[in-house]
Amino acid sequence: MRLTLRIWRQKGPKEPGAFQTYSLDDANEHMSFLEMLDVLNQHLIERGEEPVAFEHDCREGICGCCSLVINGVPHGPWTKTTVCQLHMRAFRDGDTITIEPWRSRAFPVLKDLIVDRSAFDRIMAAGGFIDVRTGSAPEANSIPIPKPVADLAMDAAECIGCGACVAACPNGSAMLFVAAKVSHLGLLPQGQPERYKRARAMVAQMEKEGFGGCTNYGECEAVCPKGISITFIARLNRDFLRASFCPEGVGGKRVA
Amino acid sequence: MNLDPKIPSGPLESRWSRKKNEIKLVSPANKRKYSVIVVGTGLAGASAAASLAELGYRVKAFCYQDSARRAHSIAAQGGINAAKNYQNDGDSTYRLFFETIKGGDFRSRESNVYRLAEVSAAIIDQCVAQGVPFAREYGGLLANRSFGGALVSRTFYARGQTGQQLLLGAYSALCKEVGRGTVEMHPRCEVHDLVVVNGRARGIITRDLVTGELKAWAADAVLLCTGGYSNVFYLSTNAKGCNATAIWRAYRRGAGFANPCYTQIHPTCIPQSGDYQSKLTLMSESLRNDGRVWVPKNPGDKRAPNEIPEHERDYYLERMYPSYGNLAPRDISSRAAKRVCDEGRGVGPGGRGVYLDFADSIRRLGEAVIRDRYGNLFEMYERITGENPYQVPMRIYPAPHYTMGGLWVDYNLMSTIPGLFVLGEANFSDHGANRLGASALMQGLADGYFVIPYTIGEYLGNASLSPVSVDSQDFRDALAEVANRIERLAKSRGSRTVDWFHRELGRIMFDFCGMSRTEEGLKGAITKIRALREQYWQDVRVPGDSKDLNQELEKAVHVADFLELGELMCLDALTRRESCGGHFREEFQMEDGEAKRNDAEFAHVAVWEFQGDGKEPVRHVEPLAFESVKLATRSYK
Repeated sequence: MRLTLRIWRQKGPKEPGAFQTYSLDDANEHMSFLEMLDVLNQHLIERGEEPVAFEHDCREGICGCCSLVINGVPHGPWTKTTVCQLHMRAFRDGDTITIEPWRSRAFPVLKDLIVDRSAFDRIMAAGGFIDVRTGSAPEANSIPIPKPVADLAMDAAECIGCGACVAACPNGSAMLFVAAKVSHLGLLPQGQPERYKRARAMVAQMEKEGFGGCTNYGECEAVCPKGISITFIARLNRDFLRASFCPEGVGGKRVA
Repeated sequence: MNLDPKIPSGPLESRWSRKKNEIKLVSPANKRKYSVIVVGTGLAGASAAASLAELGYRVKAFCYQDSARRAHSIAAQGGINAAKNYQNDGDSTYRLFFETIKGGDFRSRESNVYRLAEVSAAIIDQCVAQGVPFAREYGGLLANRSFGGALVSRTFYARGQTGQQLLLGAYSALCKEVGRGTVEMHPRCEVHDLVVVNGRARGIITRDLVTGELKAWAADAVLLCTGGYSNVFYLSTNAKGCNATAIWRAYRRGAGFANPCYTQIHPTCIPQSGDYQSKLTLMSESLRNDGRVWVPKNPGDKRAPNEIPEHERDYYLERMYPSYGNLAPRDISSRAAKRVCDEGRGVGPGGRGVYLDFADSIRRLGEAVIRDRYGNLFEMYERITGENPYQVPMRIYPAPHYTMGGLWVDYNLMSTIPGLFVLGEANFSDHGANRLGASALMQGLADGYFVIPYTIGEYLGNASLSPVSVDSQDFRDALAEVANRIERLAKSRGSRTVDWFHRELGRIMFDFCGMSRTEEGLKGAITKIRALREQYWQDVRVPGDSKDLNQELEKAVHVADFLELGELMCLDALTRRESCGGHFREEFQMEDGEAKRNDAEFAHVAVWEFQGDGKEPVRHVEPLAFESVKLATRSYK
């Protein structure tokens, strides 16, 4: 396959960036998208140019590292697929492909296609956990959890924290990411004591990081490689609203 | 080299309890005075960092990824073993212990393995309390499935993403401590050396992967939880960034390296499709619960799988190992796949593949049940290959996956360097010569949640450590050494890329130190690796500079270390003149092609001591005593 690649190049966080165009003659349809970029990079190195920096690690769709906007769509044209699992079968000989980093105020570009997503870690540290000390857990089967509830919690828990939801959202909102964690833990009996405190703390940190609000565009769900549903955002909104009526520090207390 | 395993005395069943009772405790006020460095944030690292911080230690954690949540434990699919006996099918601590020892082909330490089985149940309790959404039955209780090498159902799972859910649990515990200010987290930070002061591990040298800044960090103890070294093969199931640099640098500083040749080639991976291939994708072993493995009976049969009638198919695992069938352990299944492909009966491009067929299960259980069990794996397979496994059988082939070898540790998980602890896949301790499925997650979390919080106290409580400064000579020397090495690589403008060298090394390793090994092949491989290493330092091309985000430079550092480690693996494989587990020497096999162990001469751990560049390392031995199990030929027939 012959391809024309328009790739965002940016030396550092404070440097201006620009698109550069490369042609690639030896791609083939069995390659993954990242392998196609590997091939390009090998050519660039051989030519004495600097290779394109992009984030990747597991290359099997689970670590959440890879983060490219391809032809305007985070993770590219296949639904429920990370960039690393996208294969060149999705493109045709002669195509021009535009490749950009995640674009969001809360995700500053570090270099080329790599962005800083540490805001997600700070949101998690603000409350994305169940406070259980190692060794203090009760017997695992002492609290039965109905299978549909456990399955729904698992649906939310599948989030890989890649940030595509933020990149796709016209508001740069991280609501789907936060909603997935709040729902996962809030659905389980173990997560009840801190349920409302958690929603409040995570949302507060999210706002502090400069993410926008949710206005129901639904773009996040459309690009999510794990198919996380926006109904979890409704769940987050409910919990957050309830939390607003809870006195500070009385996390689990339900009002009305 | 002191290889005292420090195994507690008394009956096997009570050793860990006794150890815990006898360990010197550190008072809460004193714990605050101790600082601990944790390298790596996978299951072992994240669980250790969180648990030690909860106890009051001051913890600094480091990972090379942009977030602790991305460590490669996240990619483990199938499950985690625990001796809960929820299925009432006869499971027990002893049985899990015994199957792990047998699965490891009697090359692991009884006491460590027993402790692993003993704490396994508490891991499940801990994870459930953290909110890990394990699969459940309709009654609301936890579900189990069976896994290779076991005759009971003891594997807990969360769809095909068990590693992800367990890691997110450990990561959330870590986040909780980061939020409390008890853990200082350093992502995008790679460890390049260990600093040893007066014979004790007292710090590390890191490189900030964004700015390129090198920095020294001091502490009272260092924990390496950096995973395995399968990426020495270039193509493996590991993440691209997985590397051996931290453990290799520790080895060069005096930590013994145990059984480097024990590598696991996983039987169920998607076959390679071309030269550009960057990694191999694992298909969970759990698929073998419902998939049947077969190849055509006749060599060179090029018909499509659906056109090959039943009587012309060879379900070779069921034929060769009737009692375990498709659930035969990994090393055995992998070798069997290689053998049928070597006979010319392999399928797919290049003939390096076998079928994993779900047609019978779909007929028996219906497509919906199969979709519920393996849906995400089937989708992943289809995305990569473009084939629909509900309609045509999957093609699979073995791929390097896990390394049982690693830094030598005693019962306390301490290496031969006092103050340096090694947890999870990075150590050698629990899986002998072959690891059973769903045991890696168990070991990582056992080490981090339930072993190190106790054993580190014994070291810190007895060590009477004096304060060290990063401005002292030892730290400055280590920093200067790292800087020199990095600069040398960063300025290297040869003619071949880092990937070219890595691929070459991978080919040598897979051909000669992979699924089967011979004396001649290994000797040749050592010569080839030495030549390649020489060429590397002369001719590698690294673009950019060291004071920048430079991914090629990161790879160049890893490959430089793999080029040394690969040689040690071959040397270890050469000197272990027997076949055991994942280590198969063609010269030592039974008449039917099964591995032939040599217990009289090799029932020991081989531990290598670094002697300096260009010098042969010294091979030491820790004898393995088997008091509770009888050494027996490992049969799955």
